Formats: sequence, C-alpha cells, structure tokens
Amino acid sequence: MREKVVEATVRALQRAETSLPDWVLQRIKEALARESHPLARHHLQFMLENVAIATAKGLPLCQDTGLAVFHVLQGRELILDFCLSEAIAEGVRIATRVIPLRPNAVHPQTRQNSEDNTGTGMPDIILDYVDGRGLTLTAFPKGAGSENMSLVGMLNPADDPFDFIVKNVAKRAANACPPLFLGIGLGGSFDLAARLAKQALLNMPGESLEELQLLERINSLGIGPMGLGGDTTALGIKIEKAFCHTASLPVAINFQCWANRSATEVIQ
Amino acid sequence: MTEYHLRTPLSEGDVQKLVAGDLVFLSGPLFTARDKAHALMRRAGSPVSLEGAALYHCGPLILDDRVLSAGPTTSGRMARYTDEILGLGVRAIIGKGGLPGEPFQNRAVYLAYPGGCGAAAALQLRVLSVHLPELGMAESLWVFEAKEFGPMIVAVDAHGKDLYQEVRRSAQEPETY
Repeated sequence: MREKVVEATVRALQRAETSLPDWVLQRIKEALARESHPLARHHLQFMLENVAIATAKGLPLCQDTGLAVFHVLQGRELILDFCLSEAIAEGVRIATRVIPLRPNAVHPQTRQNSEDNTGTGMPDIILDYVDGRGLTLTAFPKGAGSENMSLVGMLNPADDPFDFIVKNVAKRAANACPPLFLGIGLGGSFDLAARLAKQALLNMPGESLEELQLLERINSLGIGPMGLGGDTTALGIKIEKAFCHTASLPVAINFQCWANRSATEVIQ
Repeated sequence: MTEYHLRTPLSEGDVQKLVAGDLVFLSGPLFTARDKAHALMRRAGSPVSLEGAALYHCGPLILDDRVLSAGPTTSGRMARYTDEILGLGVRAIIGKGGLPGEPFQNRAVYLAYPGGCGAAAALQLRVLSVHLPELGMAESLWVFEAKEFGPMIVAVDAHGKDLYQEVRRSAQEPETY
C-alpha cells in the first residue's frame, strides 16, 4: 500500500504539472469566446497554446512548479500501517528528480533550499475522511505568485465581506496571474477562514447564484488577463462558510492563477 | 499596437520608439535575476555587464543546461531595486505584474511576458551560461540566448505611460471603509 501511495503521488504530480483539468481548459475557452479586448484575447490564446505545448512535450507548463500541497480523502475503513505524509514526501522527492520539478522549498529564515521540495511541514497534506476503504489523492501544486496575494481579513460584522473581496481583488489581481480562480473562506476563525478558502479552491467547480454574482462584479472591474485590461478577470469563485463568533467576521481570499493545476489518483 | 522584433543589447533608440501597448519579440542574450541575485548585486555588483541588457525576472526550471520551463515571476518583489538596476545600463526589464513606472522615464521599458507560460517560453530560450550558481536553480543569474522571445507587451514605456496603473485606476470601486 505504501508503494502505491508513493507511485500515485508521482503520477498525480506529473499530470498536474504538465496539463490542466478539462474543466479549467473549458473555462479559458469559454472566456476567449466572450472576451472583447484584443490584447486579452491574445493572452488567453497564448495560455491555451502554452498548455498544449506542455502536454505534448511533457514539460511543466509553469516554471513555478509550486509548493507541494495535497488533498487526501481516506476511507474510514482503511487502516494504514505506515506514515502517510512520509510516503507522500517520498513521492515528492522522486517527482522532483524525474519530472523534474524546480526545487522551491526553503527554510523560512535561512532560505536554505532542501533541493527536493520537502522540509519541515512540507508537503502540506489536507486530510478528510469519507465512507469506504479507498484512498483518493489530489496533487494541488500551488505557485507563489497567486499564493502571495492571498489574505485573511478580520472584518467588523457591520462590514460587507463582498466589498472587502472586490477591493482586494482589484488591488492584488495583476500580480496573481489573472484570470483567477478565487477560493473564499467566509466565517469561522482566523485560521479556519484560511483553511476554508483553500478548501474552496479544492472544491471547485460549479457556482451558486451568490458566487456567480460576485464573479460578475469582479469581471466588471476590467482588470483582465495579466492585469493588462479585459473582460476576463476571474474564471471561477467558490465560497465555503462556517459559523463565526457574534463579534467576528473573518474573510479569507485564496488566490489561484489561471493555471489551476490539479490531478487526482484513486488507490483501491 | 505596433509589433517590433528587436535584438539585444538594446539601443537608446529602441527604447525611445516603444510605446505602451506595443508588442515586442526579442532575440539575443537575456539575463535572469530575481530576489537573491538582486540582493547580492546590491552588495557586490553585477557579475556581468548589463549595458543595454534585457533583464528577465525569472526563476527557470533547467535540466542539464536545457531550459524546460521559464516564464516570468512577479516583478513587484524586486521593485526596491529598479533604480539601481537601470543604473547599471539595463534598458528593458521583463516580468509580470508590473513595476512602478517612475524610474523607467527616459531610460528603459518594462515588458510583460504572459505569466504561467513557462513551456512556451522554454522553446524560445537556450542556456549560454550561468552566474551565481551557489544561489540555486531558481535564483541564479542565467544567461539565455533568446530567439523571437515573446509576445511581450510594453506595459511601462519610457514616456511615462503605465498600462497596469491605467487598468488599476479604472478598476477602483468607491472606497467603503
């Protein structure tokens, strides 16, 4: 079983780094069909070409091959007799050599690079339990350009969280490689809001009316692909909510660039 | 929107004729530098001549001197060095997300390469040499030979026009708190 997890980690990363999920490509194509700005159309076309090159040649589509983030769904009846995070870390080390990946993980103070994309606390594994005895592993390599723009706001309950979101997207989008996917965590606590925002990115696609309205408001800003103007500023929004303290209104925005990479492997 | 195909090193005339919104393709040497290389150059100077150079904010993925993926990184992190880097003779900074336009006036341009397009960029680049290898793959100063590297958009020109700033200004909603 351990060997299966290691191999699945390598396979998931290989696919995530060199292609995009169909639904992500579909969103870019739909945006291209709607986009009215010539420069924005140019960008969207070049992005699609880049993915085609990456997939055909087996090259990472972005040189920022990301921070190793994984989402694992573990069956409640499944008992593992090994350390899951160590097995995934081994997969990351192998993937770094064979795909290859750019070594990105450094100590936060010395900035010493581990050269294998692992280290204390890395990979970051988000673990959820589901019915059954299977194991589903999703690689979600997270680039720094978009992650760096993310934030948590501890709002006054009288504030409008959507105003906060729109204002910060307007200010930060250009650095995060738009058109964006936005994971929103609404409520909870300081750290729960951030986790909900990441979970929202993992949970896409499909928008509610509330999400579609926010998406429309953000696209009406005109920031466009790469922040150089256009109708397409965001390609998707997901909001995950939790109850919060009566005195609090935490809001987290997790930015994700247009290259919304992920790949899932199912282990029986 | 005029399309230009230029060779590096760039001349003063090249810089003067570019206007924000133009498309540019570059051929010739490109120099990469990001966070650590900039910090080191501030302390110890540049290990290469940057006269007329195009400096690329990029931390490439390289395997045995082959460029596998090499799109732009966020330029904003290097904003604190713009003035002194342009002082070394750099005539074009390439990146994504933009830089404050003021230091570029009358001496240089900022060129935006589409972010996330590392695989497409890699096909237009090959490695000539590497400096500061002790900084690691992403942070070293790589010298690439570019062949029709682009499309890049002139986002900040030498005449005071800044496309990012224009877009950001028109995107501001009224301040609510």
